[in-house]
Formats: sequence, C-alpha cells, structure tokens
Amino acid sequence: MESVTIAAFLHPVLAAALAPLLPGVINRVKAFFAGRTGPSLLQPYRDLARLLRKGAVFSPTTTGLFQLAPAAGLAITLVAMALLPAGGFPALLPFPGDFLLLVGLLALARFILILAALDTGSSFEGMGASREAAFAVLSEPALLLGLAAAVRVSGELSLSGIMAAASAGAWTTAAPALLLVLGSLLAVFLTENARIPVDDPNTHLELTMIHEVMVLDHSGPDLALIEFGAALRLWVFGALIVGLATPLRTGVPLADAGIFLAGMLALVGFVGVLESAIARLRLLRVPQFLVGAIAFSVLALVLVLR
Amino acid sequence: MTPWLDTLMVLVVFTSLKLLGSSRLGSCIRTAAFQGVLLGLLPIVAHPGSLAPRLLCMSAAAIGLKGIVFPWLLFRALRGARVRREVEPFVGYTSSLLIGVLALIAALWAARHLRVPGRPISPLLVPVALSTMLVGLFLIISRKKALSQVLGYLVFENGIYAFGVGVAYEAPLLVELGVLLDVFVAVFVMGIAIFHIRREFDSIDTTRLETLRY
Amino acid sequence: MILSLLLVPVVAAVVAFLPSAAPLRRGLLVLAAALHAGLSLATWVTPASPEWHGMLALDAAGRLVLTVTSALFFFVALYVVGYLGREVKDERRDFEEGFLFTNAPEAVFVACLLLFLASMTLVSVSQHFGMIWVGIEATTLVSAPLIYFHRHHRSLEATWKYLMICSVGIGLALLGNFFLAIAATRPLGGTTPLLLQTLVADAGALQTDWLRPAFILLLVGYGTKMGLAPLHTWLPDAHSESPSAVSALLSGTLLNCAFLGILRGLQVCQAAGLGEFARSLLVVFGLLSMGVAAVFLTAQTDYKRMLAYSSVEHMGILAFGIGIGGGGTFGAMFHMVNHSITKAMLFLLAGNILNAYGTKSVDEVQGVFRRLPASGCLWVTGLLAITGTPPFSLFLSEFLIVRAAIDAGRLALAAAFLALLAWIFAAMSRSMLRMAQGTPPARGTAASAEPFLAVAPPAALAVAVLALGVFVPGPLLSLLRQAASALGGP
Repeated sequence: MESVTIAAFLHPVLAAALAPLLPGVINRVKAFFAGRTGPSLLQPYRDLARLLRKGAVFSPTTTGLFQLAPAAGLAITLVAMALLPAGGFPALLPFPGDFLLLVGLLALARFILILAALDTGSSFEGMGASREAAFAVLSEPALLLGLAAAVRVSGELSLSGIMAAASAGAWTTAAPALLLVLGSLLAVFLTENARIPVDDPNTHLELTMIHEVMVLDHSGPDLALIEFGAALRLWVFGALIVGLATPLRTGVPLADAGIFLAGMLALVGFVGVLESAIARLRLLRVPQFLVGAIAFSVLALVLVLR
Repeated sequence: MTPWLDTLMVLVVFTSLKLLGSSRLGSCIRTAAFQGVLLGLLPIVAHPGSLAPRLLCMSAAAIGLKGIVFPWLLFRALRGARVRREVEPFVGYTSSLLIGVLALIAALWAARHLRVPGRPISPLLVPVALSTMLVGLFLIISRKKALSQVLGYLVFENGIYAFGVGVAYEAPLLVELGVLLDVFVAVFVMGIAIFHIRREFDSIDTTRLETLRY
Repeated sequence: MILSLLLVPVVAAVVAFLPSAAPLRRGLLVLAAALHAGLSLATWVTPASPEWHGMLALDAAGRLVLTVTSALFFFVALYVVGYLGREVKDERRDFEEGFLFTNAPEAVFVACLLLFLASMTLVSVSQHFGMIWVGIEATTLVSAPLIYFHRHHRSLEATWKYLMICSVGIGLALLGNFFLAIAATRPLGGTTPLLLQTLVADAGALQTDWLRPAFILLLVGYGTKMGLAPLHTWLPDAHSESPSAVSALLSGTLLNCAFLGILRGLQVCQAAGLGEFARSLLVVFGLLSMGVAAVFLTAQTDYKRMLAYSSVEHMGILAFGIGIGGGGTFGAMFHMVNHSITKAMLFLLAGNILNAYGTKSVDEVQGVFRRLPASGCLWVTGLLAITGTPPFSLFLSEFLIVRAAIDAGRLALAAAFLALLAWIFAAMSRSMLRMAQGTPPARGTAASAEPFLAVAPPAALAVAVLALGVFVPGPLLSLLRQAASALGGP
C-alpha cells in the first residue's frame, strides 16, 4: 500500500519535472533533420527560468481574467495529471469514469486560454481563438469515441484500469481496434498540441497562426506558466497514447517506468520526424483530417461492439 | 485468421473514406486500385487452409485486373483529359466524409438484420461490402468529373464483388471470368468515352452534359 | 446449333474489323444477319440441344426473344446497308445546331452491330443467371459505340448517361444474383446452382427472406435496362440521339432482352410461391411507366423522343400484363412481339423523315404524305398500330391484357390502363398526324425518290404487324402459349 501511494504521487511530480523535456526533444529532432545542431535538450528549462525572471506587461484593454488565466489553466492541467496513470501504475485519484473528467478538464483549460485571448479585445487573438475552438469541436468526439472503444476493449471504466488492461492479451484479441484508436489519438495529439500538420508552432505569419496567436499577448511569468502548461498537455496526451500502445507490463516498478519514459521519448521523437517530413495542411483541410480521425474512432468502436 | 481479415476489412473502409475525402484524381485512382487489390486478396485470406488452384487463379485475375489494368486505363484517360483535381463537388469533402461514416453505420445496422445463412467468413464482411457499395453510389452522384464517376462505379463493383466473396458463392468459372471481363470492358469503354468528352467539351466536367431534357 | 448462333455474329464482327471495302463489309453484315435468322428459324423445326452443362439452352421465352431479335436484325441490316450508303464520309453539318461533326468509322459501326446481335443471342440462350448478367452487361457495352455513331456532344451526352445509368443498374442486378445464391443455399451446406430449371425444380427449398430482395434487385437492375420508370431516364436520350437503325434495334430487341432477365426472376419466384409479391411489384412499375410516358408524350416536340417515350409506355404495358397474370401473361408475350415489330418500323421511318427534312422537330415536319408518300403512309399505319387500333396486332394483345385484368376483378387497374392508353393515343396522334398532313416546307434536303432499301424493311414489318392482327400462325401461337404457361399463365 505504502509504495503504491508514493509511486502514485511520484508520477505527477515526475511529469512536472520532465514535461519541458518533450518540446526540447521535438526541437532537437527537427534541427537534426534540418542539418543543424539545434538547441540543447535543456533549453526549455532555461527559457522557463528566463521568463520567470522577467516582468509582465498587460494591455489596458484586458481585465483581471487575462491575468488569472495562465495560472488557472496550469492549475487545471495539474489536476488532470492526478487522473493520469503511467507506466502500469494507477493514477493518484482513479474512479470509474475518470476519463470523461480528464477530457473535460483539458477542454476547460483550453477554454480558459480562449477566454483570455478574447479578453484582449484584439481581432488577431480572437481569430486564433476561434480557429482553435473550431478544431476542438472536431477533435473531442474523436478523443471521446476512441477512449470509449478502449473502455470496451478493456472492460474497465477507469483510465487506470484501461491502461492496466492494455496488456499483450488485449492486443492479440483486438489489435485492429487498438491500432485504430491509437491512430485517432495521434491525430488528436497533433491537434490539441498545435503540431504540424494542424498548426505550425514556428510560424509567425498572421494568416497561419492558430495556437501561437492565442497566447501572443502573454509575457513574462504568465508566458512561462502557459508554456509549462503546454508541455504538460504534451505529457498528458502522450501518456494516453503510450499507455495504450505499450503491451508490456513486467510488474517491476522501475522497469515499467523506464518503458513508459522510453515510449514517451519515442513518441515525441516520432512527432519531430513527422514535423520535419510533412507539410502543414491547408486550413480548409484540417476539418477533413479530423473527421478522418473521428471515422477511425467510430470504426474502432464498431469493431469492438460487435 | 480473424485479425488478418479484420485488418483487411478496416483497410478497405479506409480506402473508401480516403476516396470520399480526396480531390486529387491521381491519388483517387491509386486508392481505388489498392482497394481492388485488397479485395482480390480476400478469398485467399478468407480460406487460408484450402488454396484450390481455382481460388488462386481467380484471386490473381482480380488483383491483376483491379490493381494493374484499371489504374493503367484510368491514368491514360486522366492524361488525355489533362486534369489533376476534382472541381468543387455537389457535396463538399467534409460532408462526404461524414456521410461515409454514416453509410458505414447504416451498413452495420442493415447487416445485423440480414442474417446470412451459413457461416459468414467474418461478421464484418457484409457491412463493409454494403458500405463500399453505398460509397461508390455516392461518389457517382456527388462528383462532377466524369473520371470520378467511373471511380465511383469501380468502387460500387468492388463492393458487390466483396459481397459475393463473403457469401462464398461459387459461380462457374466461366461466369466469374465473364463478370471480370465485363467490368474490364466497361472501364475500357468508359475511358474511351472520357477521352471523347474531353475532346468535345475541353473538360470532363459532366455538368456540361445537360443539354438533353424532357 | 446454339454455339453456331453465337459464333456467326462474333466471327463476322471480327472479319468486319479487318480493313476492306465498304460494300464488302455491308454485304457481310447482311449475310451474317441472314445466316443468323436462318439458324434461329431452324430452331423452330429442330429443337436445339443444351450446351455447356445446361447453361445454354433455348426454352420457350428464349426462343421467342431470339426469333424476334434475329428477324428484326435482318430487316434493320437491310436498312443499314442503304443508310450507310447515304451517309457522308467526311464532315457534315448538324441539323439542329449547325456545327460540323464526323461519324464513327464504318468498321466500328458494323462490327459493334454484329457483336450487339451476339450479346443479345447470349441473353436469349442463357439459362444460368450469371450468364444472363454477363450477356446483358455485354449488350450495354457494345451498344454504347453504336449510340455514339454521330460524333457530337448530344450523342456523347446520351452515351455517357446510358453507360453510367445502365452499368449501375446492372450492377444492382449482380447483387440480386448474389442474393439469389444465398436464397439457394441448402440448409446442410452447398448451393443449388443458379440454373433456371434447377432453381424452379428446387423452389420449395429456397429461402423466401432472401428471394424477395433478390427479385427486387433483379427488377430494379434489369428494369433500368428495360426502361421502366423511374429508371428510364437514359432511354429518351439514347434512343433519340442514335442513328435510327440503332434506335430501332435498341427499342425493338434490347428492351426485350432485359425483360427476359426479369421474366427469369419471376419464374423462380412463381415456383417458390412468391408469385403474388412479384406480380404486384410489376403492376406498380408498369402503371408508373405508362403514366410517366403519357406525361412526357403530351407536349413532346421531338418525334424521335416521342417514339422513345412510347417505348417506355409499352414496356410498362408488358410489365403490367405480366403483373396481372392469367391471360395477361399470354397477352404480354404477344405484345412483346408486336411492339418490337411496330417500334422498329416506326424508328426506321423516322430515319427516313429525318433524312428528308433535316429536323427532328414535330412542328417543322409537315406534309410527309406529299414529300415521302410511301414513308408517310407507313408512318400513319405505324401510328395506328402503336396506339393499339384494330385491326393491328397490338390491339389484340392490349385487349387480352385488359380482359385478364377485368377477369381477375381488378377493375380499377383496368380502368387506369385504358385511361392511360387513351391519353397516349391522343398525344401521339396529335403530333404524328400533323406531321403527315399539310404541305411540305420548301427548304430541307430535296430527297424526292425514296430508296428501296429505306422503304422495303419498314413496309415488310408493317405487313407483318397487320397480318398478326388478323391471323396468328399456329407455331407462333403454341410458342406463346408455352412461354406464358412457364410463367404461370394459362
């Protein structure tokens, strides 16, 4: 009992510590493909430290909401971490149906960011916020239906139970369905974290920014909180994917944690490769991409329901 | 064998959805060819133990025809037509994708009520065949370019072929070959018609083919 | 015998493709047509033996359709010889819109005609449902180049519609074949082969749950090819834009072959106890076709389209007759023969009129009696025949159908049938009589003398339809009775 509780606490702490590593790995992989050396893997930590030291500037058109939003968003994301199992360990606060709460919390965090963007009163941020919201409308059904399929495969209603059941046994019986769910979750991962092919995190052109423009007005510690929150979102979605994808449960805590970390690094490495290899989709095509993800999830659900 | 069969079925549904969502005619032709190859493999995957020479022969003929001959004919028509993309169809691409998903759900519901006697190879086969047929019909009515309509016809025939395989209907060899030959000649004649349409109208947009009325 | 029936046109088609002088090719066409007609008449004398393990055999309905097809093809081939001789080799001006266009190569035309004959023969002799499907799909594919003989945009549009609609419809019929195969699975495994006689004999073991949708699919699929409303939309375009000889064949022979496909399905349903279900569907489609045809005939300005809609109407009458059952089955079989002869004649005459006047518009054609005396007389004769006036044979067949409807107690249906016939009579007479009478306009091509080959075939067909109205020869009568009894009629 004792060790389980400590391990359960360990995951959120570890996640908070290691999450900024993920964007660093992605950038490093992209630099490698571009033929550059690229920034060091610890650069995101340095960026966060630098931003925390700076002062914040607030536009006179904003209200208190704008100043509260980054902290609120980060807090909600940290609460979502409590529901997330990792590496074969259960989450901090598992209960039946917690996957719905997880999706809801992530949506709430995004909603608060959208509110902050609208609060600036600038049409530029508003445009980015509306695009983000439009994509969210399509990515949430994909996420929920995919998780529903996973629930049906594992027979458990709690995320921890689902991840625990996604062992080799589940893979042999329901491999096509699980592959479909993973595909759909990958699409959702790319959408929710504003990665290519949905959004280019490095672009600074007016017409093409989506997520970047939403957080354009934040500065200093607020920006640090938002970037940290974005890294945590990467971790959350990555944990969902890696948890479903890794069929090994050795039972040894360190081995499971190691496999999990290796899986996360592999996932973000793959995302880096993807970002380097394919181009960003036209804005009109993103809904089709997401409807494709929904189709994957529906197909997976249909496969396991018969 | 069921996981392999399931994967095959899922891939077939992918190809249908990809056809619904893509506007690049070249990639559509390749996707339809891939679908044909998958369905040509179906009898082999479905009966892994008994590989009768007749089964292999039919499979090889289907794969050769659908995977090689049809794309060749259609690419020739495409080159002659000198188009690359579909124009804005009657139903937009995102709506088409959603309709494709709905067609799949409808096919699943219908298949539940159609109790096929005997042991079906896979419970997914009849729904996938029906949904492929529906997708083919939808492509014919919603797309404007003549080549897309031919692709819709091919997908429709693919669905019917899949249904036939799933029903495990053993027609006489002559009849099966006759069916394949007929579909081949159909695509051939349609390709020639597209060539003539291009020559006549300088485009293969079928909305120009609306002068005859009443 | 059956194999030679199939081989003669195919071999002739291959030879026709080889480069040779035009007169030789036309002679080959007539020769092949005559040979084929001779062989089909020979099957009346000595019954043909089944081939290919019973997949090809001539039963009563098949022999009927084969004879009609073969005879009509012979007469149309004679007409085609004259027609090809009159056609301009190089570019010519379109009548309606004035642009320049060319014709397809004559070799392609003649070869496709012969292949058309071969595929229709295949449909008539097939006893296996899969083979019937192959034959009907083949007829679609080889007749498409025939429709596109005059290479301009209207005929291209008609060809494309014909290809797409008929291919999709026939694809549905293939699905119907599969449903039929499921219906024929025996409970202990194995399938009854889809041979007509086997299915009819084993009909008790067929699963009606699957037989019902199978028949619906066959009806919709082959009904598309037959021209039943609301699946008829390709018919007016294809029959009006193709050369008149091709229209004659399409209306007179191809529609019968599609009808034969439906009849085979009906036979199986009849044997399995689903006769009532199948017949009620046929009645619905029949009346719908007649109604749609009547509406579109009312203000029709193009006389070839008018004839095409008349074909839709008569296909509706066929479906109605079969659907009523009893004496109506015999009436429908007889009507099939009568309609084929009459419609072919009318289309050939329409070709003569088009050639002389240079327009397809009913309003612009006047005084056919004066300009083309022989064709004009035959035109009015054809009008009387097609609308069911005594003493022509169509009156007899339609009368038999109405009487069967009244005998069966379905008075409302009989009344609707008669009302629609009257409506169509009024609509068609108005247009066709106006065309025949009056003074011919001064302009238009001056074709004073009517070529023999353009008048003789329609005249022969007119004589035939008149003769059948007065006296039906014994062998034909017994064949009709045989065909009707196979379908459950008396």
